[in-house]
Amino acid sequence: MKQQGYHKRAARRTLALAVAGASMVGLSSVAQAQQTLNIVSWGGAYSMSQEKAYHEPWSEKTGDEIVNIDRSANALAGLRAQSQAGNVTWDLVDMLPADAMIACAEGLVEPLDHDELLAEAPDGTPASEDFVEGALGECFVASIVYSNIVAFNSEMFPEDNQPSTIEDVFDLENYPGQRALMRRPINNLEWALIADGVDRDDVYDMLETEEGIQRAFAKLDTIKDNVIWWEEGAQPPQLLADKEVAFASAYNGRIFDAMVTEDQPFEIIWDAQVFELDGWVVPTGKLDKVRDYLYFATDTQRLADQAQYISYGPARMSSSDMVSTHAEAGIDMMPHMPTYEPNFATAIQKDDEFWADYSDELSQRFDAWLAQ
Amino acid sequence: MAIPSYATRGERIWHYVFLGICALIFLFLVGPLLIIIPLSFNAQPYFTFSQKMLTLDPEGYSLRWYQDFFTSRAWLHAIKNSFIIGIASTILATVLGTIAALGLSSRHMPARGAIMALLISPMIVPLIISAAAMFFFFSKVNLAQTYLGVILAHTALGIPFVVITVTATLSSFDTTLVRAAHSLGANPTRTFFKVVLPLVTPGVVSGALFAFITSFDEVVVVLFIAGPEQRTMPIQMWSGIREQISPTILAVATLLVLLSMLLLTTLELLRRRGERLRGVTPG
Amino acid sequence: MSDSPAFPLTTADGVPLKVSLRRAVRRSKLKAFLLVSPLLLFLVIAFVMPIIEMLWRSVDNPEVTNHLSRTVAALEDWDRQSLPDEPAFAALAEDLREGQEARNLGLLSSRLNYEQSGMRSAITRTARGLGTMEPPYKEALIDAHARWGELDTWKLIQREATPLTMSYYLMAVDRQLTPDGEIVRAPENQRIHVSLFWRTMWMSLVITGLTLLLGYPVAFLLSNLPLRHSNLLMILVLLPFWTSLLVRTTTWIAILQSQGVLNDLMVAVGVIADEARWQMIHNKTGTIIAMTHILLPFMILPLYSVMKTIPPSYMRAARSLGGRPFLCFRRIYFPLTIPGIAAGGILVFILSIGYYITPALVGGQSGRFITNYIAYHMQTSLNWGLAAAIASILLFVVIIFYLIFNRLIGVDKVKLG
Repeated sequence: MKQQGYHKRAARRTLALAVAGASMVGLSSVAQAQQTLNIVSWGGAYSMSQEKAYHEPWSEKTGDEIVNIDRSANALAGLRAQSQAGNVTWDLVDMLPADAMIACAEGLVEPLDHDELLAEAPDGTPASEDFVEGALGECFVASIVYSNIVAFNSEMFPEDNQPSTIEDVFDLENYPGQRALMRRPINNLEWALIADGVDRDDVYDMLETEEGIQRAFAKLDTIKDNVIWWEEGAQPPQLLADKEVAFASAYNGRIFDAMVTEDQPFEIIWDAQVFELDGWVVPTGKLDKVRDYLYFATDTQRLADQAQYISYGPARMSSSDMVSTHAEAGIDMMPHMPTYEPNFATAIQKDDEFWADYSDELSQRFDAWLAQ
Repeated sequence: MAIPSYATRGERIWHYVFLGICALIFLFLVGPLLIIIPLSFNAQPYFTFSQKMLTLDPEGYSLRWYQDFFTSRAWLHAIKNSFIIGIASTILATVLGTIAALGLSSRHMPARGAIMALLISPMIVPLIISAAAMFFFFSKVNLAQTYLGVILAHTALGIPFVVITVTATLSSFDTTLVRAAHSLGANPTRTFFKVVLPLVTPGVVSGALFAFITSFDEVVVVLFIAGPEQRTMPIQMWSGIREQISPTILAVATLLVLLSMLLLTTLELLRRRGERLRGVTPG
Repeated sequence: MSDSPAFPLTTADGVPLKVSLRRAVRRSKLKAFLLVSPLLLFLVIAFVMPIIEMLWRSVDNPEVTNHLSRTVAALEDWDRQSLPDEPAFAALAEDLREGQEARNLGLLSSRLNYEQSGMRSAITRTARGLGTMEPPYKEALIDAHARWGELDTWKLIQREATPLTMSYYLMAVDRQLTPDGEIVRAPENQRIHVSLFWRTMWMSLVITGLTLLLGYPVAFLLSNLPLRHSNLLMILVLLPFWTSLLVRTTTWIAILQSQGVLNDLMVAVGVIADEARWQMIHNKTGTIIAMTHILLPFMILPLYSVMKTIPPSYMRAARSLGGRPFLCFRRIYFPLTIPGIAAGGILVFILSIGYYITPALVGGQSGRFITNYIAYHMQTSLNWGLAAAIASILLFVVIIFYLIFNRLIGVDKVKLG
C-alpha cells in the first residue's frame, strides 16, 4: 500500500498527458466545447479505476478535463455547505445510497429520470430493468456493488490455521493479534451479531431492539482491547501490510488492489460480507452540464471496463457477463467480485433505511462505548 | 552558567546532572525534527532506517521522494496556493496590524485593554472553533470555497502576531526622536519615513513573518472553508498523513524544516539589527 | 485642589490651558482610535460575526416552525392527553405534501430524528405515500407509519415549534428532554460529551505539567547563561516553534509507530522483542508526547522572560546568609518565577484544550479531544447545531482562562520569539 501513492501519481501524470493529447485532437475537430468537470469520489484505487474506465476515454472523446476530488467521505457535508453558499462547484458526486437519500430529501441533488438519462443495455433493455435491484434511487444511479469485508494478513497465521469465518475475527484465542475496524457502528454491529450466532436475515430486526444492540456491543466488548479503529479507507491495507494488525475490515476493492498490484499476502474472509451499492448523484443545477458524461459513464461497456481495474461488481446485469480479466495482472476478475456465487453465499445487504434512522443514535452509543 | 566558587562537591555533581538533563530536553526538542531529514532520503518506501542506510551504503539513499514531490501536479498546485494565500494575507494583516499598532501605542488610546484583548483573540480562540464559525458565516455570504474567503480568514489569524510584535517594538521606541525630528524641521510625513519607519521595520517584518508562517502552516480553517481549488500544502499533507504516509510527506517535511531554519535566521538577524539601531548591545 | 484659580492659565491665543489640553487629548484619542478602527472593523467582519453566527446556530431552531407551520397551528389548542383530531392530521399531510414537492423535508426529518430516532424514516416513508392518500388523514397517516399514532411524536412536534431551542446544548452536556419537557440525563450508554470534556481538560493538565517539568530547567539554563551562548541554545527552542505543526506531528508518527524508529531501535538493542513492540501511537501516550513537544516552546518562552528579570544576586545573597541550595531555590528563586509559570501554564493549557490536528492524527480512540467531536459533527454526522453548541461551550471555557490570563499577565505582555 505504501507504493500506492506513487502509482497514483504516476497515473495522474499519464492522465495529464492523455488530457493534453486529447485536447490537441479536440482543437482540430472542434466537436464540442471543452469544459472542466469536477468529480467527487473516494480516492485511492477506486478513483483510479474510474479514471481508467470512465475519465480517460471521456477526455479522449470530448477534450473535457476531469478534476478528481477525493471528498466522498464527507460529500454530504460538502454538498450542504456548497448549496448553502449558493456556490456549487462539484459537478458529479460519487456517494453511498444512504447519503444520496438524505441529499435527495434535502433537495441538494437532482431527481433523475433513469430511462431518459441512462443508456439502454446493448440488447435494448431499458436502463430501469438492466440495473440490479436497488441500484436506481430517486436521485441516485449506482455504478458498482462493493462489499465491506474483513481481510487478514496470511503471514500472521500458521498455514494450517488460517481464519475463514467472521467468528474467527472475534476469536482471540485461536487467532491472536490486533484487529483494525472502522470507527463507526455500521458493519461492526452486524458482524458482532452474526459472530454471536444470530441468523443473517434477523440482524436488522435484532438491531431495532435494545436487547439486540446490547448483545452486539457485548460481543464487540470481547475484542475491544485488541482493536485499532480506522477512519480512512486507505488505512486498513496499510495497517495489514505493516503487520500492525492481523485482521482489518475494509472495502474489498482496496484489499484486492493491494493483493494484485503490490503482491501483499492478504486474504479476504467473504463470510458475512456486508454488500452495498455505490454510485452517482448530480448536485442540483448541474444536470445539463454532466448529462452526456453520466450517460457515457454508466453504460454497459464502461461498467464492465471498470471491473478490469478493481474488484467491484458492476451494477448493470448486462455488464456482468462482460467482466473479464484484470487489466495489468491478467487474472480472472470474477472470483474476486462480491457477487461471485461462492463469495455471496452468506452475504448481507446493508439496510440503508435502518442506518438512516439509527445512525445518529447508534453512532453516539458507539462512541460512548468506545470511550468507556 | 558558571559554577560558583563556593559550591560544594554535591552541588558540582548536581550541576553536571542538571546539564545532562537539559541536554536530553534539547534532544527531545530538536531530535525529532532532525531525524526526518535522513529518513526522507530513504530509497525504500518505509518510515524507518533500512540496513543499507545504517551502513551508509549510497544505494540505501535516493532522491525519489523529492522527485515525486516536484513532479506532482497536486503538490505544485498546493505550493502555489500556499504562497498566494500566505502572501496576500500577510500583506493585509501587516498593513492593518501596523496601522492599528501605531494607534494602540498612543498614550491616549481609549479602552486600550479591551481592544487589545479583542485583537489578540484570534490567536487564543481554538482554531477548530474559528474554523466552524467561519464556515457557517462565510457560507452564508458566499465567501466559502473562494480564495478571498481563505485569505480573509488567514488575515484574521495573522493579525494578533503583527499587533503584538509591532506594539512591542513601538513600546521600546524613544518618542523623543520624533520630537527631535520635528524640532529639526522635518514634517510629520518625512519624520515617519525617515525616523519612525526604519526603527519600527524589524518589528513589522518579524510580525509579517509570523503572519506568513501562521497562514502557511494553517490546516483547520482551510479544511473547513476552502474548496478543491484552494487546496494548500498543509491540506495536502494532512490528507497524506491521514490516508497513507508516503515518504513524500517526509521530503516535504524536510523542506519545511529548512524553510523554518531560514525564517529563524532572518528573524535573528532582524533582532540584532533592531538592537543595534536602538543602541542596545548584547552583553 | 479642585478650586480653579481666579485667573486661569491660558495659551498664547487666549484659550484656557485646561480646555486646550483637553482638546489636544481628545484629538489624539480620536486619532489613535481612527488608526485602530480599520483593523477593528475587519476583525468584526471576519472574526466576530462568524463567532456570533456560530452562537446563533447553537440555539436556532427553524425546522419545525418552517416546514410544519400548518400542523403547529392546528396543535395550538391540543390538550396533550390524547391524539390530536383530524384537522391536525390533515394539516400534517398538507405540510408534508408541500415539503415533498419542494424537496426540503430532509432538514426537518434530520432535526426530529436527533430527538427521536426513527423519525427520519417516518417522515420520508409517509411523504412518499402521500400521493395516493385520501382523507380521513388520521387513519391514513397512522396506517402509513405507526409513529403518527404515538402521543410522544405529537408532543415532540409541539415542543420543537419554538424559534429557539435548548436541545443542542442539552445534547452537548449529555442531557435530553422528555416528551413532557423535563430535562433528564441521557441514557448511560449514550453519554459521551461530558466525559470527553473532562478528559480533554485532564489531558491538557498533564501536558501542561509535562511542559512545565521539561521547560523549567531549560528556561533556567537559558536565563543563566551568558547571552552569546543562550542565543544559540534559544534557536534550538525556537526551531520547533517555527516548524510546521504537521511536520512535527509527522515526525512523531515516524518515530513512535510500531514499525517506527524508536521501536526499531528498541528491538535492535534488545530491550523489547520484535513481537512485543510498544504501542505508543493512536492512543493517549501518542497525543501526550506529541503535544508536549509541540507546546513546550510556549512554556519555555514566558518562563525565560520572567527568569531573565531575576537578578542572580538574590540567590547569592540567600546562599551567603547560610541557606542550603535547595532551600534557597524553593524560598527565593521559585516564588519569583511563579508569574512565568502562571503565564506559560495558562497559555499551554488554553492552546492544548483547543488542539485538533495532533489528537486527530496521533490520538486514535483514547487520545481524542472534544475538538475532534466538533469536527465529527461538522463533517460526518452533520449535526451542525450540536457542533456549534459544543464549540460554544469550549469557547466559553477558553474565554474564562483567557480573561484570567489577561488579568494576571496582560495580553500585551505576551512576547513572541
